Amino acid sequence: MTDTTSQSNLADKLLQRAAPGRAEFEDLVVVPIFAVIVALIVGALIMLATAVDIETIGRSYLALLQGSVGSMNAISETLTSAIPLVLAGLGLALGFRAGLFNIGAEGQIVVGGIAAVIVGFSFPNMPWIIHMPLALLAGAVAGGLYASIAGYLRAATGAHEVITTIMLNLSSYLLLSYMLGLEWMQRPGRSDPVSKSVLPSAELPRLLTDIDPNLRLHAGIFVMIAAVILVHWLLFKTRTGFEYRASGENPDAARYAGMHASAIIVFAMATAGALAGLAGANQVLGVLERATPGFSSGIGFDAISVALLGRSHPVGVLFAGLLFGALEAGGRQMQVDAGVSIDLISIIQALIIVFIAAPLLVRAIFPWGFKKPAGR
Amino acid sequence: MTAASTTDLAPDAKIDTHKARQARIYGIVLIGLAVLVAAVFGYGSEGNATFGLSRPRDPWVIPNLVVPAASFNYIAAAVLAFLGVRQFMRGGSRWSTVSIAVGFALATAAFLVWATAGKSFSLTGMLSATVVAAVPIALGGLAGVLSERVAVVNIAIEGMLLAGAFTGALMGSLLGGWAGVLFAVLVGGLFGFILAALVVTYRMDQIIAGVVITLFVTGVTSYVSSQVFSEYRFLNNAPVFRAWKIPFLGDIPVIGPVLFNQNLFVYGALILVSVATYYLFHTRYGLRARSVGEHPRAADTLGINVYRTRYINVTLAGMVAGFGGAWFTLGSVGRFDENMTGGLGYIGLAAMIFGRWHPFGALMAALIFGFADSLQQKLAIVRTPIPSEFLAMAPYLATIVVVAGFVGRSRPPAADGKPYVKE
Repeated sequence: MTDTTSQSNLADKLLQRAAPGRAEFEDLVVVPIFAVIVALIVGALIMLATAVDIETIGRSYLALLQGSVGSMNAISETLTSAIPLVLAGLGLALGFRAGLFNIGAEGQIVVGGIAAVIVGFSFPNMPWIIHMPLALLAGAVAGGLYASIAGYLRAATGAHEVITTIMLNLSSYLLLSYMLGLEWMQRPGRSDPVSKSVLPSAELPRLLTDIDPNLRLHAGIFVMIAAVILVHWLLFKTRTGFEYRASGENPDAARYAGMHASAIIVFAMATAGALAGLAGANQVLGVLERATPGFSSGIGFDAISVALLGRSHPVGVLFAGLLFGALEAGGRQMQVDAGVSIDLISIIQALIIVFIAAPLLVRAIFPWGFKKPAGR
Repeated sequence: MTAASTTDLAPDAKIDTHKARQARIYGIVLIGLAVLVAAVFGYGSEGNATFGLSRPRDPWVIPNLVVPAASFNYIAAAVLAFLGVRQFMRGGSRWSTVSIAVGFALATAAFLVWATAGKSFSLTGMLSATVVAAVPIALGGLAGVLSERVAVVNIAIEGMLLAGAFTGALMGSLLGGWAGVLFAVLVGGLFGFILAALVVTYRMDQIIAGVVITLFVTGVTSYVSSQVFSEYRFLNNAPVFRAWKIPFLGDIPVIGPVLFNQNLFVYGALILVSVATYYLFHTRYGLRARSVGEHPRAADTLGINVYRTRYINVTLAGMVAGFGGAWFTLGSVGRFDENMTGGLGYIGLAAMIFGRWHPFGALMAALIFGFADSLQQKLAIVRTPIPSEFLAMAPYLATIVVVAGFVGRSRPPAADGKPYVKE
């Protein structure tokens, strides 16, 4: 008798897991879909307002679609753009889970990229099996250390990490421009600030050159997948992850339970920074093969959106990163095909976040999309 | 400190040890500065540093300030060492803050003397540039004060500044400078209203809402400037407000050019800071606003409309930031460039914290940041051995030091950042 009840309980649980409740479904699926649709509509309205005719709008959205998933090349570009976004987004998500609003991914990417490039061009005659992981590791360590400055200041003095990380971002750009002018760093024979090229043994190899030499997808995608799994494991299967989440949900309760709030803050920032640094290393080792001014190209800020959109869940971040990567790759195509500036993409991204982060707003706009009444 | 000794101490004693430790840290910082000033700035200086105080064509010309560099710096080092040792030995007195402030001022002066040793340098010009550079930071900080006093964290200042700059350039080109300012203020207010709507009515996370507004404004302004302005250049060619010299006051040496020969935005910022101080601390509406920031439920019980108060103040904050944004275009270059605010909105936020959530405090902090900024620009001309990138980093690092060093002693409004749900 007891056996059957426990079995039916188990069945219930399995059922629940297989078919999440309607509310969860609304939150996880309906809201994001509405958000994307509304953002695209508002984007079209903005194009109309700036005297872009309807035909061009249609063409640009078509180009957006084609440029993101329409061909082998498009998919490769989407994935290439998604890799750093997912990596940095995972770091930010970890921070959010621990209650830290780390805006500093951009600076951590820059610092991580610098470190990876230095290791990447410094050791000739090193076998790739050591050199490439070493360069990646250098990026992660540098990013982690840079982020832990903000973490330490938060833990020791209470300085809000939003401001310190922003300042560290701004400083990192200047650090980059200083370092690119240094003699041992600058590419010989160039007067503009470009670093030496990464040696082939440190490069992340391109994966699809057999099919078409122009495909840029590189081995960083494995780093990305490993990071998703690792962060998922860290957050949900380890004690450290539990401590991160507990102090993020309720810092007081976590402290009373005997967790070391300061240590958690510093470690969470360091892990987040390491992931962002890895993203920077991926850019310089896989895509650019050198460091240039502005090589971070705002990835750190887009990653904030990715982490928010992915609800700070590793798998969510993966999908959000793929979506943003697709928008990025499609946006480039849009600029070429329809002549609409790629800046439109950042408007669409901002709108998506607004609607995701304020479900009440989406419910107010689309009351018929939801079962529950709007106000709740 | 071990757990046992902590529990032994009475609460008062604990606070005292904390204070004493802080005083010792200050003392060490001051002694370190003294060593730095003596070893680097004193030892490394030769000749006289000449500071220009007035231009030859001013009505009253006062002679240049000539400082013998090495001796000045050794004296500065001695004073710093005295302050540091006194701080370290006596500790915890009420002079701590004053000593550290004097100490940093002296160290800065010594640095200036070292950098200009054997050359000449226009001090008045730099002070004037300081005030100009402080304007957007002060207005950004003021916008922060206005909204955080009603417990709405405003990370969107950067976006509001950018929106003001953009609107100022666009409407200024179409309808003239004054219309540009008016529309910049209105658009800033619009984004303030949107922020209020998102966080008050739709209860979105305040920091996310701020980040998103900044993201959105950055996107829209960059999009329009690359899609429209690049083609129709007349839309991005606004008149610039020139400096207005106030009669008589503008002729006073040093103070005149610094304070009384500036443009609309400098005067506007000074007036707005005064008005905001009066509003927040001397009117009943200000009292209501502050009570909403400290304890919204109590305010609600007393019949204050919490939501409306937040809407009004955050919208006002947006208008102030919009005015500050217009400075970037109508107050300096007359044209909009993508992302031209360059993070000053965030520095304004730091100025607000440094200024302890008080309008005048924010203004003072903004002046310090402005000083760091203009120092860096002027020193780039004088040529120092320090790479210009590190000088440019100085304001950011100063912000970090300030936020880390002072945040413990300044207290944000109690309900800051928390949404209020009416029962």
